[in-house]
Parts: sequence; structure tokens; C-alpha cells
Amino acid sequence: MDEIITLDYGSGGKKTSRLIENMLLPAFSNSALEALGDGAILAGAEKLVFSTDSFVVSPLFFPGGDVGKLAVCGTVNDVAVCGGVPKYLSCAFVIEEGFETEKLARIVDSMARAAKAAGVEIVTGDTKVVERGRGDGVYINTAGIGFLKYPGLSPRKLQAGDAVIVSGTVGDHGTAVMLARSGMMQGELRSDCAALNGLCEAILSSGAAVRVLRDPTRGGVATTLCEFVEGSALSIELEEEKIPVRDGVRAACEMLGLDALYCANEGKLLCVAAEEDCGKVLDAMRATEQGKDAAVIGRVTESYPGKVVMKTAFGGSRILQKLAGAQLPRIC
Amino acid sequence: MSFDAQRVLDAIRALELGEIRLMEVCGTHTMAIAKSGLRTMLPENVKLLSGPGCPVCVTPGEVIDAVLELAMRPGLIITTYGDMVRVPGSTPGDNLARRRALGARVEVVYSPVDAVTIAQENPDREIVFLGVGFETTAPGTAAAVLTAKEKGVKNFSLFSMLKTVEPALRALIASEGFNVQGFLCPGHVATIIGEEGFEFLPRDYALPAVISGFEPEDILSSVYLLCRQLAEGKSLVQNEYRRAVAPQGNPLARAMMEKCFEARRDLWRGLGAIEQSGLALRDELAEYDAEKKFGVTYKAAAKTTACRCGEVITGRLSPAQCPLFGKRCTPEDPVGPCMVSSEGACAAHYKYRAV
Repeated sequence: MDEIITLDYGSGGKKTSRLIENMLLPAFSNSALEALGDGAILAGAEKLVFSTDSFVVSPLFFPGGDVGKLAVCGTVNDVAVCGGVPKYLSCAFVIEEGFETEKLARIVDSMARAAKAAGVEIVTGDTKVVERGRGDGVYINTAGIGFLKYPGLSPRKLQAGDAVIVSGTVGDHGTAVMLARSGMMQGELRSDCAALNGLCEAILSSGAAVRVLRDPTRGGVATTLCEFVEGSALSIELEEEKIPVRDGVRAACEMLGLDALYCANEGKLLCVAAEEDCGKVLDAMRATEQGKDAAVIGRVTESYPGKVVMKTAFGGSRILQKLAGAQLPRIC
Repeated sequence: MSFDAQRVLDAIRALELGEIRLMEVCGTHTMAIAKSGLRTMLPENVKLLSGPGCPVCVTPGEVIDAVLELAMRPGLIITTYGDMVRVPGSTPGDNLARRRALGARVEVVYSPVDAVTIAQENPDREIVFLGVGFETTAPGTAAAVLTAKEKGVKNFSLFSMLKTVEPALRALIASEGFNVQGFLCPGHVATIIGEEGFEFLPRDYALPAVISGFEPEDILSSVYLLCRQLAEGKSLVQNEYRRAVAPQGNPLARAMMEKCFEARRDLWRGLGAIEQSGLALRDELAEYDAEKKFGVTYKAAAKTTACRCGEVITGRLSPAQCPLFGKRCTPEDPVGPCMVSSEGACAAHYKYRAV
């Protein structure tokens, strides 16, 4: 293979085959993929969970992960929080002409490792190369199929009195990427990027009455919780003091003018469960690596219909809104 | 918690005061007050208002229009703090983010000196840094200009929208209908201009002034100090933010500003033109002055919206009283700069709405 990806690698000809055979097949090896059909033929189940997501992160490599790991974990998590057991992923690359082959290989390797760790197979895919200046290194789209094991999870199942639980510290991914982008404090903070299907299984198999699971990615914890209650007769009341935030994340947010509650997470779960099963959920979460810092951060109530209200650490209270636009670093 | 907010609140309640209106003149205070929910804790007779303390919010539409026009010139890169990217000019929806989508090059930087680095990396481009802010950002901006000069970087220039606090406060106090009994003074600005920079408030206007830090504990303590001065009929400058603010400020930073800038008449949104309130590059640094370099001109903007940012930042209107607030004007689709800036009064009220 050449040192850089040229337009030829997207031609559909020999070089495309070389990219697939030399890099992608060895990395993602499995029988469904190796058949090299136009699509993969898979063993099935009665009900499927199907999800897709595109990944355009900048920078491509950041402390704690890279675009490849993100592309696998992100889709695995979307399937898992729907109550599915993720099985198969597709993977489509849009590569910019001139992209270093070595970097692509690192991304592919990272995807392979993430897929293995999550117990999923990448069974079909596509590669395209666009002219230099028309992409940002590499974009990845993944779609995921899972077998539905735990049906019925939905924000509509929320009941007054339910506990709102987060699986760990909030805002790690968003701040790590923002800092990596700015070139500041690199290595200090790490993205929490991780597959959460193990954590979901642990919670859902505990027998607890779980109403809903969600991974609070873009828009952060605040936006996801707003989505849970918007338009409903219920509210969520949070206690700021109980929300776990790393000191480094707090400091970075302070410096950049961000709010950890609105920063993306890529390895955290929000779970709403029946009050009496709160202990079961916490135990199940804390028994896993991803859930060791799990905490109850609030309650479902009927006091402020449709709203998320937070009691601040200082003693005041305010309404949380969904994120509006992207968070921008501030002036001073 | 060693700080007992309830005790301070009780102490405020115990003071004999009628209705008092206190103004903060710093965007970071605006945000901290809204974020901590402080307004929901204070007794009803103590009102906190947001003054002209958000640099983005006080930049008038016609200046933003000129920036947007400049951004479209070929071969030019606009470098800016993130806040400025979504500020609309006189046409709602038209901002640097939109211009970027239309082909303008706009880079967000964290420090003005980064803009000089971008200039060095792109010798065939003209790099313009949008200098926004008060005495807090002016020294850093001066440092960038001096760095460019020292390194012989000719393709860097500064579009100065820098302003100083004192002339604006004087204009505000002199304006019709001014009804504020004390100022919560900006801690960051005070690190540069010192306690002495606010002495004019008690001396010339008999107004109490307290320089405050940015934690909610700082702000509540400062509110108490202001209330106590008012209850005792005093007016003086008190420094609650001693851990950062020296009585004489930072003379080194001021010397750097002095070296680069001279005061000029400047336009403020909501306050109009104020003599000696803006900072322009000195003549000997004219080659780094983007306005001169690119022959920037300003067109009087036709007022096309019902946006009342001007009244909001002078404390005449609370954000929710603006007819556009939360309806036509939201952070996703802002009409006025108070809604777009992360430090704007409207954005703070919208994002951190009180229960």
C-alpha cells in the first residue's frame, strides 16, 4: 500500500481491493465479511434493534480514544440502550485524498479492538475517497444490528418517585476533545469512550424495574434528561452536588466557559429505575468497570411538569434547558 | 461547607433597606449569578441587574456588519474568540458562522497570540484578529500586536473593538432613568485597573462599589457588603476579591496597554457613542490596524428588529420583558447579542431560568 490514500483507493478497482484485503479484512475478520458479498448474510432473531451514526470528530485522535473506537462504541451503545444485544456492525469510510495510510491503519486497528471487546462483528462495509480539501481526514459511518432482549424501555414509562442514576463522571469526552482541539492540557483529561453493552446487560439482567436507559452523548446529561420529561406531566429534580464531575473536567469547563452537564459523554449511561430497585441498579453498575462511580443524581417528581429543575450546590435552584447550538469557548 | 450562605442571607435580611437595585457589569458575574440560582435565594427587596459587562453584547450591529463584510474578502482569515462566531449583525441570522458556510475562513482561537502563530503559518494570507473585551483582554491583545511587530509578522492585524469600563459606567450613570444603588465590580477587570480604577464611583457619584470574585460565595458576600454600605449610608470601594486584585492593579499590564493603545470615541450598543471609551492602536502601530489596512467603513444600520438588548444591558429591562425573549429570540436563533454570547444577560436568563 502507498503511504497516503489517493483517489485511486476509492476507484473501486485494484487499489480499492488492496485496501479491503490488506487492511480491513485482516482487522475485522469474520465469516460473514469474508464472503465479500454486496451485503452480509446473518443469523437472525425475531425482533431486531437497528441504529446508525456518522462520526466526524476533530481531532481524529484524542486522549482516551479516536474516531474508530468512537464509531464502534457509539453505535454499540445506541443498540444496547434500546435493550438490544449488539451483534453486527456495518462500517463505511469516507477518506480524504492524501490521508496517511498509517493513520487509517491505526483507526482500523482501534475499531477491530473495540469491536472485539464489545463482542460485535463488522460484517459489511464500504470505502470512498474524496478529493483533497473535501473531507476532514476521514469520516466513518457505522450501522448496528442487535437482537432485542429487553423490550419496553422508554421515557414514557417514567413514574413519580423513580430514581435518576448516572453511571459515572459527567463531561469527560466533551472536555477532553475540546482541550485536544485547543492544544491545551493534553493528556490531563481522557475521553470516557467505551462500549456500554456489558453495563446495560448487567443493569437489565439484575431484575430491577428499569424504565429507560440512554447514553448522554451530544448535548450531555442535561439535554437527555430534558428529552425524558418534555411534554409529559412529570419533572426531574436534580441535586447538583450529587452529580459526579472530575476536578479536571470542572477546571477545564471553568477555563473554557463550558458546562459539564452539556458536554458530550461517550461511555456513560443515564438510567431511570423504580425507587425500590435503586440499590439493585447501583450494585449492578458498580460491579462493572464503566459503572464504578455510579450515583443517584435526582428523582422523578410531579412538581414542575415537563421540566428538569436542579438544586444548585450553592443552594439556589434553576431550570435546565436543552443545549442550544454548539458550546463555544468564551472570551474571558 | 465552611461558607454558610444562609447566614449571609439572614444578615442581608436583617439590614434595614428598602428596595435596592444592584448592577453587575461583568458577563462572568451574570453567568455565575444565573448558574448558581442566587436570585432565587436573595430577599425580594434586593434586585440584581445585568449591566454593560458582556463585551460581545456591547458591540453594535454596524461594527459586526463591517466584520462580516471583511470576512468575505478573498485571502483573509478572521481569527476570533468563540463567542463572536454567532453574533448577528444588523440582519438577523447573518453572522460569522453563516459567512463561514458561505466560504469565509474563520478560526476560533483561545489567545490573541495564537492568531499571530496562524499568521506565521499562512504567509500568503492576511490574518485579522477580532479584539473584543475590556481591560481584561486588552493587555493580551497588546501582547499579540507587540509579538507580531517583534517577529516581523506583517500579515497580522487587529480589528480593535476593545473598550474600557469607566467611560461606559459614567455614561450609564448620567443617562436618563438610571436607577441603580450600587455596583458589583468586575474582578477580572480589577486585576488590571485595581481598586483605584473604581474610586470614581463613590467619589463622583456617591455610589457604593464592591470588587467581587466569581464563585457564588464571592458574589453573595459582595452583595452583602453593598447592602451594608447602603444601610449604613456609606459609599466606598471595597475589595472582596483580594486574593487576585491588588489596590493598584497590574501596572505592567497597564503599561503594555498604554504602549499600544490610545482612547477614542467608540460606539456601544445601548449606550451610543461615548467619548474616550474605546481603544484604538496608536499611529506608530498603524500597519497592524485592520480598520486602516483594509479601509473598513461603517454604515448606519437600519434598526430592523424589536430587539431591546440596548435596554437590557443598561438595566432598564429584564431579559424576560423583551417581547422577543424566548420566542423570536432564542440561543439557537438569536436576534440580539445578549442572547448569543455565553455571557449575555438574555442567554444566562434563558439557559439558567429561575424556577
